[in-house]
Amino acid sequence: MSPPPTASTLREQQAYVAAQAADARVNVELDTGDMTLNIGPQHPATHGTLRIACQLDGEQVISAEPLMGYMHRGYEKLCEVRTYPQCTTLINRIDWLGSFANEVPFILAAEQLMGVEAPPRAQWIRTILFELSRIANLSLFLGDMGVQVGALTPVFFAFRDRERVLNQIEEVTGGRFHPNFDRIGGLKDDIPRGWIAETHAVMAKMRGFCDEMEDLLMGNEIFQTRCRSVGVIPGDVALSYGLSGANLRASGVDWDLRRDANPGLAWDQVDWRVWTHPDGDSFARYWVRLQETREATKIVDQLLDGIPSGPIMAKVPRIIKVPAGEAYVSTENPLGEMGYYVVSKGGLGPFRVKIRTPSFSNISVVPWVMRGTYVPDIITILGSLYFILGDIDR
Amino acid sequence: MADDTGDEQPDDQAGDEAREALAAELSELLGDAVIESHVETGQNLWLRIDIEQWHGAMAALRDAGFAYFGFLSAIDWTDAPEGRYEDTEFDSAGAGEEEDASSATAEETVRRGGGETRFQLLAQLHSPARHAAVLIKADVPPADGAPASVPSIIDVFAGADWHEREAHEMFGLVFEGHPNLEHIYLPTEFEGHPLRKDFPLLARAVKPWPGVVDIEEIPPELEAQLEAEVMAEFEASGAGA
Repeated sequence: MSPPPTASTLREQQAYVAAQAADARVNVELDTGDMTLNIGPQHPATHGTLRIACQLDGEQVISAEPLMGYMHRGYEKLCEVRTYPQCTTLINRIDWLGSFANEVPFILAAEQLMGVEAPPRAQWIRTILFELSRIANLSLFLGDMGVQVGALTPVFFAFRDRERVLNQIEEVTGGRFHPNFDRIGGLKDDIPRGWIAETHAVMAKMRGFCDEMEDLLMGNEIFQTRCRSVGVIPGDVALSYGLSGANLRASGVDWDLRRDANPGLAWDQVDWRVWTHPDGDSFARYWVRLQETREATKIVDQLLDGIPSGPIMAKVPRIIKVPAGEAYVSTENPLGEMGYYVVSKGGLGPFRVKIRTPSFSNISVVPWVMRGTYVPDIITILGSLYFILGDIDR
Repeated sequence: MADDTGDEQPDDQAGDEAREALAAELSELLGDAVIESHVETGQNLWLRIDIEQWHGAMAALRDAGFAYFGFLSAIDWTDAPEGRYEDTEFDSAGAGEEEDASSATAEETVRRGGGETRFQLLAQLHSPARHAAVLIKADVPPADGAPASVPSIIDVFAGADWHEREAHEMFGLVFEGHPNLEHIYLPTEFEGHPLRKDFPLLARAVKPWPGVVDIEEIPPELEAQLEAEVMAEFEASGAGA
C-alpha cells in the first residue's frame, strides 16, 4: 500500500498532468493555418489609415483584404451642395501630396461644359505646377520606399529635397499643400518675378536627388533582394483591375494620359518620353517612378523656357453657371489616372460628381497580388503600389 | 511628343471624326445592345446599352481591345436636391415642396445618350492600343419601388469588384452574381444610400451654408458694370494681341 500523497507530490502530479495537457494542446493547436494578422490602420506603409486583414498560414499569406473607410469624407455628396469654385477646396484634399494636380481635371471638366478655354499662358503655368506637384509627390515615394524595406536614410533626403519644390509651389500659390489656385478659365495669379530662374535651380537639385536615390537604393543589394520579383503584376491583370500611372507602366503597358489623351495642357509642346518596365514587380514600380521624376524635371525645365506671354484668365462671368450637360476629363496625376465625371443641370454647382481616383483602383489589386506572398513582402508591395489614403477614401 | 505635335488645334475635328467612326464600329459590334450613341464635339463618346445585355456588351468590348477598366458608378437623376444652396426657398420651406417645374424641362438636354430611368449605370473603358475611351451607360429599370438588380461584371473586369460594392452602398443597386456585396466605406450597420438624391445631407439642412452669402444675385445694373470692368481688364491684359 503506497503512502498517502503529500502536498508536494500532489503539486508535482498536478503540474505533470497540466504539462501533459498543455503539450497535447500545443500538438493539437499548432495548426499554422488560421492566423489573422492586421496591418494597420496605423502603419507607416499605409499613408493614412488603411487596415489590411491578412489570413496567414505560417509566414505565407492566404488572403489579404483591405478594409477602408476610416477616412471616408463623402466628397461626391459634398460637391453636390457646393458651387464649382467651392468644390476645388475639397478636391485639393484628395491626394494631399500632389494637391494642385487634383484641381486640374475638375476645372478642365467644368471648362469643357462651359465651352471656355484658358489662355495659353495659363495652360503652360498649369502644366508647370502640375509637374511640380508630381515631383513633390513622387520624391516622397522615392525616399519612403526605403523606409518600407528598412533603409531609413533616403527618406530624410526626400523630405529635405521635397521642401525645395514645395517652396516653389508656395511662392506662386501661397500654399505648400493645398494651393487652391486653379480657376475656371485660367489661374488666380501670375508667377512672381525671379521664379523661373529659381525653379530651374531647384530642378537641377531634384535631378541630383534622383541620382542620389539611384546610388543609395537602387544599386543596394538588400533593396534589390527585397524588391525584385516581389509582387509581380502582369499587364493584363493590371488592365482589368484598372491600375494606372506608374503601376501600369511598370507592368509593361505603354499608357500615359499626358501623351495619349492630353486634355489640352502643354505636354505636347515639349520633348519627353514615357518610361515603362516589363517586369511588373516592386522594383520595376520604383524604377519607373524614379525615371518619371527625372523626366518631370526636364518637362518643367523646357516649359519654363517657353512660357508664352498674354493673360492668365479667359473671360468668364463673375458668377459661374455651368450649362447643362455631362463631361468626363481625366489626367495623369502623380498616382495615376484621376478623372471627374461632372453632371450639370445648369446650376451654380454640379448635380453629380463622380471622382475616379487612381489609388482606389490601384489598391483593389491587393487581394490578388498578396496571395501566396510572405509577411515581410506585404509591406514592400504596399509601399511599391504607392497610394494616398485620401485618394482611396475620398 | 514628336508624333503628337500639331495635333492640338486641328485635332478637335479629327478627334470627333474618329469618335464618330468608333461609335459606328462599336454599334455594329454590339448589335442591338446599343440603344443610343452620342458624340459630344471635342469631348467624349457615350454608348447607352440595354441593361439586359450589360454583361455581354462589356465582355465584347473587352475582347475588342477596350481592356482597361476605368471606373463604374451610377447616377441618380431624381430632381429632389435636398439642401442645395440654389433652392433656398426649398431649404427654408422644409421637405414639403418637391416639384420644381423649371429644372424638369432641362432634363432632355442634360443626359448624354438619353435615357429615362431614375438610376443609370455609368462605366468607362479605355483601349490603350487604340488611344480611345468610351463611356458606357445603362438604364436601371425600377422594380417594386427599388432599382432592379443588375448583372455583375466581376468575371469580365476583376477591378469592377470594389466599384460595384461602392455603387451598392451609395445607390442601393444590387449586382447579381457579386460574391461579396458588402459596404466598402460605410459601417456595416449604416442605413440608407448616401448618394441617392433623397438622402438628406443633415449638416446642410440644420444650418444654411455660409457660402450662400458669396453667391447672392447681383442687381442687373451692377452686373453690367462689373461685366464692363472685367472686359476692360481683359482687353488691357493683352488678350486681343
